[in-house]
Amino acid sequence: MTDPGGHADTAYLLDSAGPAAPPRDNGELVFAAPWESHAFGLALALREAGCIVWEDFRQALISEIGSWQASRSAAGSWSYYGCWLRALERLADERGLVTAGDLRARVATLAARPSEHEPGGLPHDHDATRAPAGAGHAG
Amino acid sequence: MTAAQEHLDPALRVEALASLLTERGLIDPATVETFIKTYEQSVGPMNGAKVVARAWADPDYRARLLADGTAAIAELGFKGPQGEHIVVLENTPAVHNVVVCTLCSCYPWPVLGLPPSWYKDPSYRSRVVREPRAVLAEFGLELADDVAVKVFDSSSEVRYMVLPERPAGTEGMSEEELAALVTRDAMVGVAAVGAP
Repeated sequence: MTDPGGHADTAYLLDSAGPAAPPRDNGELVFAAPWESHAFGLALALREAGCIVWEDFRQALISEIGSWQASRSAAGSWSYYGCWLRALERLADERGLVTAGDLRARVATLAARPSEHEPGGLPHDHDATRAPAGAGHAG
Repeated sequence: MTAAQEHLDPALRVEALASLLTERGLIDPATVETFIKTYEQSVGPMNGAKVVARAWADPDYRARLLADGTAAIAELGFKGPQGEHIVVLENTPAVHNVVVCTLCSCYPWPVLGLPPSWYKDPSYRSRVVREPRAVLAEFGLELADDVAVKVFDSSSEVRYMVLPERPAGTEGMSEEELAALVTRDAMVGVAAVGAP
């Protein structure tokens, strides 16, 4: 495990935790939802493992952001990490790490789980086939 | 990626991708967690604030920082995962620098942590190039007409960080006290450092 931040100066950070506590005091949370941080960490882990080259990922991200901007009238609201995730999925497919078909199948498997296994406890009201709330919590 | 897949819950897509990569031995979930924790908790604008405070307090360090930002920042123990080259832009009474990445969101992670949402926003990325004074005014930074505004577009090769002007009334302050005054926004160039 390399030290991605090079934070050799822990004592300094602790000393300064009051008036300028990093990193949230200087702005908002860096991640709006757990999946965003997970997508972020996956990209860095794949790079560290040598599975992807960072510049390739960056180019894929630029391409995804460009696509969103070109079709913004039809697309949903802006999501930076949505573009990040699509870039990661595309690169994983192109590199043969995880094909789009494999990913689709796994998403379907995960989506079919009982509700107590939903990641992050996010609501899934659009899933009309789901059992009523509470029905899946007997175990 | 099919259109249908894009409409699936991103949380499920990330979980699916992570589980497949883990099963195939390509990633270790602990590594993923470490990267997330490091960037959420350990790397933040305080790294950059320490660099700025040192530059304010030590003229020799300031000269090294402006000559070779990457090396001077590494002196304080801050290095990035991407080996990016960091160039430090000095604000003066005559020149105000502001940083953007028009293509994606290149950002000096080792010193500023991860970018705030507005930095990634399409509106900031396009407007700050076209009308920097108007954008800065929206951030609350009104610049006099005789101050030149320079906009720097980050790239994969070069990440920029602004060295703000040291505010008046800070002459007797320690480096630690100075660092506490420095904000992330000042190091991106959308704010000035206020007097204590």
